[in-house]
Amino acid sequence: MAITFANVSFAYPSGWRAVDDVSFTVKEGERLAIVGQNGAGKTTTVKLMNGLLKPTSGTVTVDGVTTAERTTASIAATVGYVFQNPDDQIFASTVRDELEYVPRYRKWDDAKRDERVGRAARLAGIERYFDSNPNDLPLVIRKFVAIAAVLVGECKYIVLDEPTAGLDRPGQRRLVSLIDQLESEGVSVVTITHDMRFVAQTFKRVIAMANRRIIADGDCASLFASDELLRQASIRRPELAQLVRDLGLSDRAYRLDEIAALIPDNR
Amino acid sequence: MALISMQDVSFTYAYSEAPALTDVSLTLEERLLYGVIGVNASGKTTLCSLMRGLIPLFHPGTLTGKVEIRGRNLLEWDPAELSRAIGCVFENPFTQISGIKDTVFEEIAFGLENIGVPRDEMIERVLEVVERLGLEELIKKNPNELSGGQRQKVAFAAIVAMDADFIVIDEPTSQLDPEASDAVFEIIGDLRKRGKSIVLVEHKIDLMAQHADRIIVMKDGRVIAEGPTADIVTSGVMDEADVPRPEVTELALALQGTGKAFPSLPITRAEAFDALSSRRGG
Ligand SMILES: Nc1ncnc2c1ncn2[C@@H]1O[C@H](COP(=O)(O)OP(=O)(O)OP(=O)(O)O)[C@@H](O)[C@H]1O
Ligand SMILES: Nc1ncnc2c1ncn2[C@@H]1O[C@H](COP(=O)(O)OP(=O)(O)O)[C@@H](O)[C@H]1O
Ligand SMILES: [Mg+2]
Ligand SMILES: [Mg+2]
Repeated sequence: MAITFANVSFAYPSGWRAVDDVSFTVKEGERLAIVGQNGAGKTTTVKLMNGLLKPTSGTVTVDGVTTAERTTASIAATVGYVFQNPDDQIFASTVRDELEYVPRYRKWDDAKRDERVGRAARLAGIERYFDSNPNDLPLVIRKFVAIAAVLVGECKYIVLDEPTAGLDRPGQRRLVSLIDQLESEGVSVVTITHDMRFVAQTFKRVIAMANRRIIADGDCASLFASDELLRQASIRRPELAQLVRDLGLSDRAYRLDEIAALIPDNR
Repeated sequence: MALISMQDVSFTYAYSEAPALTDVSLTLEERLLYGVIGVNASGKTTLCSLMRGLIPLFHPGTLTGKVEIRGRNLLEWDPAELSRAIGCVFENPFTQISGIKDTVFEEIAFGLENIGVPRDEMIERVLEVVERLGLEELIKKNPNELSGGQRQKVAFAAIVAMDADFIVIDEPTSQLDPEASDAVFEIIGDLRKRGKSIVLVEHKIDLMAQHADRIIVMKDGRVIAEGPTADIVTSGVMDEADVPRPEVTELALALQGTGKAFPSLPITRAEAFDALSSRRGG
């Protein structure tokens, strides 16, 4: 079981080409990051994953069926997407209502509804906002509401579009434990982010996009080792990876423990 | 005369129980770049709103204490005059676009048009910032059809083009790729060199350490520290506020007390490089 892109291109109705000949596979249970230049086509790519957008050419296949043959609603039950802007996603006037949308739509009984909603709110750390109007909450909390709303559905694949934007350190810890939890349940997590320190700490596989295309798909160390790939994707390696590179100590080290071990004695 | 002085300022938003700011006393001098850090909901945006005169005018609530901007009480400033005196970039990049302009170029020029800047000068100012942010390909595009990061760049460009003397910038790089984040900090650094006064809220502590003159640390609506950047980011107040240190500072702290210790705590990669480069191969 997997999501597979085969030579996928996409142009918006205005004619603007946003994704060009993209091919990759996300396996069930796998976690990965998508990074790269503003406007590279990351959000467009993940919207193609869950059927919000359909390819202009090429095919996107979710668990063996192309998205062109399925309705967006039916794909959404398998592939959950958390929007980059939570306000594009949230419509209800209370957090509880927003989280209960999927249970209502799928006609779950109350016991199942309460169990799934409670669990999602706990994982996202938003239980205390149940009765709030999402509009009254800060942007980052609204993002966690949007995440929780997607967690309620029993999706096998979950896509988070820039969950680290504006996020503080306690929020990052919550995000990492949420991703770990999903992985332990066998759910795939695809995360778009610009935070390379977060990528280095949280993901092994990373896809880099630039200019409508995928320019790299592999492990973090290989991406951070290549000046050319980083330049094309408008990204920078984490500070410490750059430091040991400038010092001529390593081209591939990027974790704090690895790097601490490389620093020479001060005598 | 100070740019801003606050004495025992507290503020509670209408209909909310807990105060968003508590007993804030601060003096900001002209021509410096102040960085504001703190976890989510610690009061950073509220502090910005206060400096820009949006509180209590547009965000009603209970304000106590005294706020002076350039020696004049906040409540005595004419709101229109204050909004001309202070440029500001709002936190939410998705709501910054005016929605009434057809192209990115016009969107960036909107503010300049409003204050009656002559057309040639307007074009020049807009194109300069467009180039610095790499927006050339987008200038004819509809601003409502941009990616998240492109929107944020456009919002920032519009404020930079205005060229106000005092600029309050709330999280300008949250949606930006690393190269664009560097470009934004460089532009802010240049504004600072040209004598502008800047208040900048940002989570990117490595860039903040490179560029900010002084740092204000917030926690639970209080200012728990204010001082020179190097003093603040190497101090225990960072742990108290639960904010990260620059990566090189964290490395140096991890090596303290070992045979690999740094002579003093670096806050930028350049400082760390200088401290370590003589050890190479040795
Ligand atoms: N509705 C739209 N109509 C036309 N063009 C669009 C639309 N939405 C996005 N685009 C364009 O498509 C390209 C890819 O956009 P996309 O949102 O996928 O980028 P992204 O990689 O997610 O960028 P960011 O990091 O800034 O979020 C950009 O050049 C953008 O301007
Ligand atoms: N418009 C508002 N109405 C009511 N409460 C608000 C409003 N804006 C912010 N708050 C509350 O004020 C506190 C400080 O928020 P804010 O200044 O946005 O923090 P930060 O920018 O540091 O994340 C938070 O508890 C937040 O929920
Ligand atoms: Mg995007
Ligand atoms: Mg804020």
